[in-house]
This record gives sequence, C-alpha cells and structure tokens, in this order.
Amino acid sequence: MIKKIFFQSIFFNFFFLKEVFAAESGGMPQLNPEFWISQIFWLTLTFGILYIVLSKLILPKISANLELRKSQIQDNIEAAEKQRKDSESKLKEYDNIIFKSKLEAKNIFKDSREKVIKDINNKKENLENQINEEIKKAEQEIEVVKKSAPEKINKIAIEASSELVKKLIGAEINNSSISAIVDDLSKKNGDKYYGN
Amino acid sequence: MAANPMTQFEVYRIGPEIKIGTFDISFTNASLFMVISSLAILIIFNLGSKKNSILPNKIQLLAELSYSFVSKMISDTAGSKAKPYFSFIFSLFMFVLFCNMFGMIPYTFTVTSHIIVTFVLASFIFIGVTVIGFIKHGFGYLKLFVPSGVPVILLPLIVVIEIISYLSRPISLSVRLFANMMAGHTMMKVFGGFVISLGIVGGWLPLSFSVALTGLEILVAFLQAYVFAILTCIYLNDALNLHH
Repeated sequence: MIKKIFFQSIFFNFFFLKEVFAAESGGMPQLNPEFWISQIFWLTLTFGILYIVLSKLILPKISANLELRKSQIQDNIEAAEKQRKDSESKLKEYDNIIFKSKLEAKNIFKDSREKVIKDINNKKENLENQINEEIKKAEQEIEVVKKSAPEKINKIAIEASSELVKKLIGAEINNSSISAIVDDLSKKNGDKYYGN
Repeated sequence: MAANPMTQFEVYRIGPEIKIGTFDISFTNASLFMVISSLAILIIFNLGSKKNSILPNKIQLLAELSYSFVSKMISDTAGSKAKPYFSFIFSLFMFVLFCNMFGMIPYTFTVTSHIIVTFVLASFIFIGVTVIGFIKHGFGYLKLFVPSGVPVILLPLIVVIEIISYLSRPISLSVRLFANMMAGHTMMKVFGGFVISLGIVGGWLPLSFSVALTGLEILVAFLQAYVFAILTCIYLNDALNLHH
C-alpha cells in the first residue's frame, strides 16, 4: 500500500513538475535586460573598488609579510647552520685537545716508566756489585783464615804435646823435634782435619 | 507548492530607482551581493594582512595561503611575466569565488549566475588580453592565429578556426561560469521541490540528493572560480609569451 503511494507520488510528481514549468512565463530571468545596465554598473563599481583596494593596500602588505617571514626563516636557517658549523669546529678542537692530552699522558707514562725501570736496574746493579764485592772480601778473609789455621793448630799441637811429654815423662823435649813430627802428621792427614 | 526554480535568479530593486540619463542603475539584490562579496573579501584579507607574526593566526594563514595559491597558479600557467597582473587575477578569482560561495547560502542571490555579469568580466578580460598582446608584440600578435608547422594547404582553414576560437573566448568563458552556477542552483531547487511534493513518505530520496548536491555545488563553486582564473592566466600567457 505504502509502496504504491510512493511510486504513484513519484510518477505523478513528474506531471506536476511539467505543470510547474508550464506555469512559468518569461523563461530565464537572466535574459531579461531590465537590470543589465544596473548590474554592469554595480559590477564595475564593486569590482573596481575591490581591485584598487586589494592591489594598493592589502596585497602589498601580504606580499611583504610573506617576504619578511621568508627572509626571517632564511636568516634563522643560516644562523643555525653557522652555529652548527661553529659547534662542529669546537667539537673537532675539543677532540684534538683530548687526543693530544691522551698522547701526552701516554708519553709521560712511558717516560716515567722507563725512568723507574732504569733506576731499578741501576740500583739492582749497584747492589749486586756491592754484594759481589762483599762476597769476594768475605771469601778472601775466609781464605786468609783458612791459610793461617793449620799453622796455629800446629803451634797449639806442638805446645800441647810438649806439655804432655813434660808431664808424662818429666823430660823436656826439643820443640823443634816435636814440630817436625806434627808437621809430618799434618801433612799426612791434613785433608782429614781441615776439610775441603 | 514547489516554487518556480528560476525565481531565485530574479533581480529586483532594493530601495529607490536611480537613473543616470536613460540608464537605470538602481541598487538591486544583485548589487547587494556584489557589495557583500567585495566587503567580505576586503575584511578577511585586511584582517589577514594586519598583523605580521612569524607564526600566523588562522585568518592570516588563510590570506597568505590564498595569496601563494593564486601566485603559484599564475607563475605555473603564465610565467614570471604575468606578475604585474597578479592583483587583477587575484581580485578576479576572489570575487568569483566569494560570489559563488555566497550563492550557496539559502535565500541568497548568486551574482555569477547571471550571464551579463560573467560576460562583462569575460569581455573585460578578452579586451584586456588583446590590448596587452598588441602592446607587447605589435602586429606580430596576429601570429597567434598562424600556428607553426602546419601544411600550407591547411593554413587558411586553421587560421579561420583559430580566429573563431579566439573570438569565442569571452563567450565560452562567461557561459561556462554562468551555466554551471545556474544549472547547479536550478537542480538544487528542483530537488528541494521534490522533497516538498513527495512529503514524508518519498521525500527522503530527493532530500539525500539535495544534500549530496550541496556538497557538489560547493565544489563546483570553487572549481568554476578556479577555472575562470586559470583560463584568464592562459589567455594572458598567450598574450605575454607568444609561442604558437
């Protein structure tokens, strides 16, 4: 039912529209020349004023604004670029300084190390020399003592044996004969008594 | 019932009849909307150019975007020689655009839907471009009608065609804008009439059409203003850089 009404209304509407167009008389108002002069006059007036005001007052201002902004932005970009370059060169300088100081520190470290090693070596050598000398001295002393030892022992042996003979026999024996015997004995058994 | 879709284009007098000699130059509804459009343009662009801040506010951004839009359009189509005509093309584009757009508001009058208005604009452009062409190139401007690289046999025909196409420029330019605006507004009115006559039952379909058409018409309003301005640029290009 509703569908029928809907389609009917659409269908009849076209008839109705035809009536509307038929009722219209005179066609397009655009082709009615009654107000053409008025329209031309007002168009010239308004458009003329619009053109003059826009071209003399407003557009130069907008153009100037745009130029100013452009140049300002350009200036800012240039300044930023300059600052970037500056900071880059500073960074390079800084890097250089760090590099140099590192090198210097390394050198200093190396030098001082070498110095210390040298010092230690010198001292070591000195000490070794001293020790060697002292050892030599001591060896010489030992040698001297070693050499003098059999004579002393022989003397003691001679004295002791002469005493013993006196006490045992009651007679005095010539020291020279005793020393001959002792010498003979010590030569025979020297190795036994004094090591080496 | 549904009103005549053409009544919206009727011009009527507002206020008293003004006459200069035999010419009737009374203030009409068409004049009113010309004045409104011009004033709107002047107010918006005056506000947009008043303050100059590095970060533009909305209205300044609008003005500057329009400026660079038109400027780019001119330099793309007519080259750098067309710079002195920038303000004219800018005013022309803005005037047509604002008249078209004001016409989209219900119960307003569309200035550009009248053939006489568009024809005056177009013939002014045509005469201006022709004068510029003759000033720049002297009689060499007539070379525009003789394209290079055309066989001699075809030349008379081509020259005739070129002359006709050149002379029909103001007509095509004016009729394009006028017909687009009139057709769009008429169609919207007709669909609006359907909504009323079909009532609550069947009116939804034409209503949705009407809504869609409104969007389309706003697009057409912008597009026709753009086409009007860009064709002016192209004609200007012919006059300034003769390379036919």
